Amino acid sequence: MQKTYSNPIYPYRKSADQEAQRPVHHPVIIIGAGPCGMAAALDLAKQGQASVILDDNNTVSVGSRAICFSKRTLEIMDRYGCAQPMVEKGVTWQKGKVFFKQEQVYEFDLLPESGHKLPAFINLQQYYFEEYMVNQIAKEPLIDLRWMHKLVELDSSAEGNQLKVETEDGVYALSCDYLLVADGANSKIRTELGLESKGQVFQDRFLIADVVMKADFPTERWFWFDPEFHPNQSVLLHKQADDVWRIDFQLGWDADPEEEKQEAKIRPRIEAMLGKDVEFELEWASVYTFQCRKMDDFIHNRVIFMGDAAHQVSPFGARGANGGVQSVENLAWKLARVLKGQAPATLIDSYNEERQHGAAENILNSTRATDFITPKNDISRAFRDETLRLAKHYPFARSLVNSGRLSMPCDYQHSSLITKSSALNTGFDAGIAPGFVCLDAPIGINGEDGWLLEQLGNRFVLLYNGEGIDNDELKTLSSISDDLVLLDSRELEDKEGMLAERYCMSGGQGYLIRPDQYVAAKFEQLSREQINSALQRALGYQSAQENP
Amino acid sequence: MSKLITENHFSDADAFYAALTDAHRELSTVDSERLNARLILLLANHIGDKQVLLEALDIAAQLEQ
Ligand SMILES: Cc1cc2nc3c(=O)[nH]c(=O)nc-3n(C[C@H](O)[C@H](O)[C@H](O)COP(=O)(O)OP(=O)(O)OC[C@H]3O[C@@H](n4cnc5c(N)ncnc54)[C@H](O)[C@@H]3O)c2cc1C
Repeated sequence: MQKTYSNPIYPYRKSADQEAQRPVHHPVIIIGAGPCGMAAALDLAKQGQASVILDDNNTVSVGSRAICFSKRTLEIMDRYGCAQPMVEKGVTWQKGKVFFKQEQVYEFDLLPESGHKLPAFINLQQYYFEEYMVNQIAKEPLIDLRWMHKLVELDSSAEGNQLKVETEDGVYALSCDYLLVADGANSKIRTELGLESKGQVFQDRFLIADVVMKADFPTERWFWFDPEFHPNQSVLLHKQADDVWRIDFQLGWDADPEEEKQEAKIRPRIEAMLGKDVEFELEWASVYTFQCRKMDDFIHNRVIFMGDAAHQVSPFGARGANGGVQSVENLAWKLARVLKGQAPATLIDSYNEERQHGAAENILNSTRATDFITPKNDISRAFRDETLRLAKHYPFARSLVNSGRLSMPCDYQHSSLITKSSALNTGFDAGIAPGFVCLDAPIGINGEDGWLLEQLGNRFVLLYNGEGIDNDELKTLSSISDDLVLLDSRELEDKEGMLAERYCMSGGQGYLIRPDQYVAAKFEQLSREQINSALQRALGYQSAQENP
Repeated sequence: MSKLITENHFSDADAFYAALTDAHRELSTVDSERLNARLILLLANHIGDKQVLLEALDIAAQLEQ
């Protein structure tokens, strides 16, 4: 069926490890070359840490899966060096329409906020997203990606992991300090370790079809609640790259997945929706049931679960890959520092702390959207339907209409790694709060145009306003740690005033920014002692002392 | 601290009560449910404040009281 894309085939290659007499040891092995496994390797490489990825397949994602990637994900990809082809290939849309029964209830226009390098989101088929990551990995000497190497046995202990890997040349053994598991929603590794991902399955089925439209069609997102052409269910239409349109048909629990996948069954559904005269070709179709679930603890000995294996959501609000990549970036800088001896091993526990919170938030959002789309009883349906009717005439009701909320990065303000600010009573308070992710701003640096986020990440950065700070003081600050870079905001040309508007720093004030671009602390008045203590806390030393 | 007003706050309590029951008088149960849903949504937005709304929901949910 698929015509617009043919999956690249990445050949199996024999590794020197397979010839070794004894199992070769690696600090980090990653299972799964999906978005999350590949993100982990790319992030670790950015922090100077080598890794091996094993994948049991020889290509990127097959068929219709993720399409919506959020700004935060793109910012992370930009740090890895592969956002550009994604944004170029991806589709950005702004306008949308919501329909209820036979009529349009309202339309919206998501006017983009200016002053960000990357758009609020793009629609791009998951296979392209992954392909661009594979291309980036090829440029990273610190990553050894092995296709058609399948993990078949794992022996995990508090000290490390012993692996058996199956290839067409037979089985070989490896060992590693840390095993990062991103083997997908139905993680076999999770099951084999006797671990569980708990939550709820939604008693519903969805037909996900990708079609190519022959004629022009507006680049808008259309969502139908209970349309006449598909009564009692919902339908979503939006655009991807290559003029491929994604159509989601809610089918109900009683639908037969095998039958619904047949073109003969799908065609009349789409014709009823778009009209008989709209010509299209079917690219791909699958039928899914969706779940929201997570593991109680993402860490087991030195096995760390990531992505769908650790936490899974229904696609409304597009938080699967987006949330997964954000979990990965939370882990990578910590793991790299633990392996280099720059942080206590307990720092890794904060991955579980911070990302349990992130996963819970993503599950909450996806569940709320799913409940709005599929009301669970008559009274929920009455509220849903009246919300939609009111939305036609009264703007307030539009804020209740929930067909998936855009994925936003969660905050870690309550995390043990974050230094809370004592009451800031200057305008500095209006800047970004500790535990929140940094916002971008257009800047000029060394005579060239650039973006603030390009200056942050991969190591700690002290972003400060140096007015009134003398050179001796600066010297003491710059000697705090090799892992800390000082960046005086006065060296940045604030091209549109966004740096001032978003960060609100006056002379002597500053932010300590983590390698994942989150604010670890902010200082009303820079002092070596306070910066050092916030840095220690961000590296998990403080919390290690508090709970030995 | 509770924020929900539970002392009399109506400008004309009798008139409101009559208008409410009048609005429902001719309706089937299904349509009454719809009207109630619309009314709740409109009033909830007018109140807006999350704490007030949750306190009201909490009292409303105590059906045995
Ligand atoms: C219809 C649909 C729509 C979606 N829409 C969105 C969206 O718009 N936005 C969004 O963010 N997310 C969306 N998602 C979710 C998204 O697809 C997943 O969250 C994402 O793919 C998870 O990535 P992952 O790396 O954790 O796992 P996967 O992508 O599942 O990758 C797992 C990898 O592990 C490999 N593997 C498995 N076992 C082994 C083994 N034993 N040894 C070696 N390798 C192994 C597999 O071959 C695979 O390559 C959608 C999902 C669906 C189904």
